[in-house]
Amino acid sequence: MEGPGEPVGSPAGVQGAEPPVSPQSPEHPRMIPELGHFALALACVLAVVQSVLPVVGAERRDARLMGTAGPLAFGQLVAIGTAFGCLAWAYLVNDTTVSNVVANSHSAKPLIYKLSGTWGNHEGSMVLWVLILSVCGAAVAAFGRGLPTALKARVIGVLGWVAVGFLLFILFTSNPFTRIWPPPMDGRGLNPVLQDPGLAMHPPTLYFGYVGYAVTFAFALAALLEGRVDAAWGRWVRPWALGAWCFLTVGITMGSWWAYYELGWGGYWFWDPVENASLLPWLAGTALLHSAIVVEKRDTLKVWSVLLAILAFAMSLLGTFLVRSGVLNSVHAFANDPSRGIFILALLMVYVAGAFALFAWRAPRLSPTGIFAPISREGALVLNNLLLCSIAAVVLAGTLWPMFADILTGAKISVGPPFFNTATAPLAIPLVIAMPIGAMLPWKRADLWAALQRLWWAAVAALVIGFLALVVAGYPVWPVLGMTLAAWLVVGAAADIADRTGLFRRPAQAWRRAIALPRAAWGAAIAHGAVGISIAGVAGMGVATDTLVQLEPGQSTRLAGYEWRMDGLSDVTGANYRARRVTVTVLQDGKVIAVLTPERRTFIVDNQTTAEAAIHTNALRDLYAVLGEERGTAAVLRLHHNPFAPWIWFGGLAMAFGGMLSLSDRRMRVAAPAPKAATVPA
Amino acid sequence: MTRKKRRLMILLLAGLGLGTATALTLTAFQDNLVFFLSPSDVLAQRPPGERAFRLGGLVEAGSVERHTGADGRPSATFRVTDGPSAITVTYSGVLPDLFREGQGVVTLGKLQPDGSFRASEVLARHDETYMPPEVADALRRAGHWNPAQGAAPPAASWNTAPRQPEGRSGG
Repeated sequence: MEGPGEPVGSPAGVQGAEPPVSPQSPEHPRMIPELGHFALALACVLAVVQSVLPVVGAERRDARLMGTAGPLAFGQLVAIGTAFGCLAWAYLVNDTTVSNVVANSHSAKPLIYKLSGTWGNHEGSMVLWVLILSVCGAAVAAFGRGLPTALKARVIGVLGWVAVGFLLFILFTSNPFTRIWPPPMDGRGLNPVLQDPGLAMHPPTLYFGYVGYAVTFAFALAALLEGRVDAAWGRWVRPWALGAWCFLTVGITMGSWWAYYELGWGGYWFWDPVENASLLPWLAGTALLHSAIVVEKRDTLKVWSVLLAILAFAMSLLGTFLVRSGVLNSVHAFANDPSRGIFILALLMVYVAGAFALFAWRAPRLSPTGIFAPISREGALVLNNLLLCSIAAVVLAGTLWPMFADILTGAKISVGPPFFNTATAPLAIPLVIAMPIGAMLPWKRADLWAALQRLWWAAVAALVIGFLALVVAGYPVWPVLGMTLAAWLVVGAAADIADRTGLFRRPAQAWRRAIALPRAAWGAAIAHGAVGISIAGVAGMGVATDTLVQLEPGQSTRLAGYEWRMDGLSDVTGANYRARRVTVTVLQDGKVIAVLTPERRTFIVDNQTTAEAAIHTNALRDLYAVLGEERGTAAVLRLHHNPFAPWIWFGGLAMAFGGMLSLSDRRMRVAAPAPKAATVPA
Repeated sequence: MTRKKRRLMILLLAGLGLGTATALTLTAFQDNLVFFLSPSDVLAQRPPGERAFRLGGLVEAGSVERHTGADGRPSATFRVTDGPSAITVTYSGVLPDLFREGQGVVTLGKLQPDGSFRASEVLARHDETYMPPEVADALRRAGHWNPAQGAAPPAASWNTAPRQPEGRSGG
């Protein structure tokens, strides 16, 4: 640790002669990037040890070797944390001798974007990936006291296998600490569309989701190594599956929101490969979340859940591969380096093929126990898994097909939104219809008719909403269907809660019963209802209207019952950009509703121009304006009226909230004594 | 339910799911696959007018014209070239920020009876130095650029009728 102290070696006597050293001057500690590089290499060595010792210890029942798991996981966290800190430091002081900083940063950038620039590029984002992985490993070590020692050692060992691969990837293909000589005067700046507070938090959130599935993957492999999956396993995996799911849900929601307001196309989901890369693990993870419930409650579907855990992580890796290799044509294509793509592809093959081989070898040992009728809660959850996995398969096929077509026939093909919409809707609709019914069914054996009877008023509400949308609002067929399904989900979730609290049978006791209801039940109902809210938003976007118009100052146009008046253009100066701003006043019946000020920003460093949309929302609809270009004194404006648009993201956040509420359930925190944990003190 | 019967059920269900997914994928592929064609491909193949495809190449320097319709709706015409051939593209809308003469472009749309291309989308890129890989491939196939010799030559030299030596305007 001599790096930081070294350059401050000037004797006290000379101090008066020298000007005070500013942190920006070349006098700052120069060894910091080397320290970071060293910490990464150290982490890699620790990861190798972590992937061997605890696993060998668990095989030999050697308590001393198994005991190394915890300290190694913490050591890993310290080493990677140091590396990440060093990289963040290089960004904060704008160290132009580090080529990664030069390529992605600039001294004139606001502080928050200097910091977010640390992970706003390929190399830094991979360091963040392993940092989060090490945080999860340390969390397993710290909070997994209820875990049997052998299982815990194996889980941490498998996390070590994952860490080794990614650390090697960073060290050999994407070293963030590579120096550049001679250092340029300043950096080249961060891509302006990425300079956005939402996007600063987007990758960390997504990565927490991806990496959370690395933990469920580690649990799955540990169970295979152990040759045993029981209800307790389901209980340990569920919080991780749920936590990862919450982060991924928030991450996808943020990404969609960013695309909506920053890309300025007025769309919220483009079925872009990079978006699909986050949707695929979400679909597999949602299936896992539900099948783990069956493992926990009924001690069945075990082999399937282990397989899903492997698949969810495989999808996360595939997502990383798709985003980072640049093999796919994407509006978000940031990285383009074949050697990295090949390395990640090799990692993907090793992990997934290895996991499947282990699965094929060990899975027959996991004997099925529980038995259930097709019409039951378990049966409904199987249907959920079947449909979610089918959707994932369709999305995967559509995402990867262009790549295969290119390799096999050389044809340049793209698969766009029409494909994904036509292919996923027939699977998503039955899934949504089944959701409230499944939540009503009891375990083991159920009466479908009884469940439907308790849902009759949800069905009536859905049909009424559908009728209103069709006749009163005059929506076309798909938005009508969307609104009907949305109402079915929201009212169905309410019916579930009303049923559990006995709201109509014994209203006097309902409040007490509502408080006593497990948080997991509330969480599930809220998450299911939130899906309905999002669907309503999507349906609303199906009847969105827009126009493209050239307006002189004072001129106005009409759209969706509003009068949009162009008031004039002005110049604006921001922190690192200049902008042209147009003022648009929106009126309804002569009354001012909103003043929108969309901008076109030109970033000074790299001379790029971006359109900044202006949005006014009242929760029921968005008024959305983009400045296209200027022609003389006139402005070309794109104006959108998006009914229910905010509901899409509100629904996404509410889904994650439901998940977190579920996660805070006592059952999730208190690890029930497993047969083994009861005899072996942890 | 016996173990054998149970296993059969699971296999049947999984088969059903996989079968449905495959069937849906294949039928949706039939109508919704979008092919990429260079101007030379279009002239050689003459794709039917009802099918959308992506046309890509370089924006011919000096070919961009912007208009405003009677209703105030802006539109643009430009030519997309891969060296030997060029096709006129009409687009109703505002061209994206990173659209420049002499740079790579990918458009989505349909061929019109008069041989021009009506684009419904002109794809924007995050990065102005980015060359869409299909466009790079099309240029290579047109025989004007060997990637072994380094980066693509200046855009102006691709033009069938260069009018501006710099190959850059409106920026």
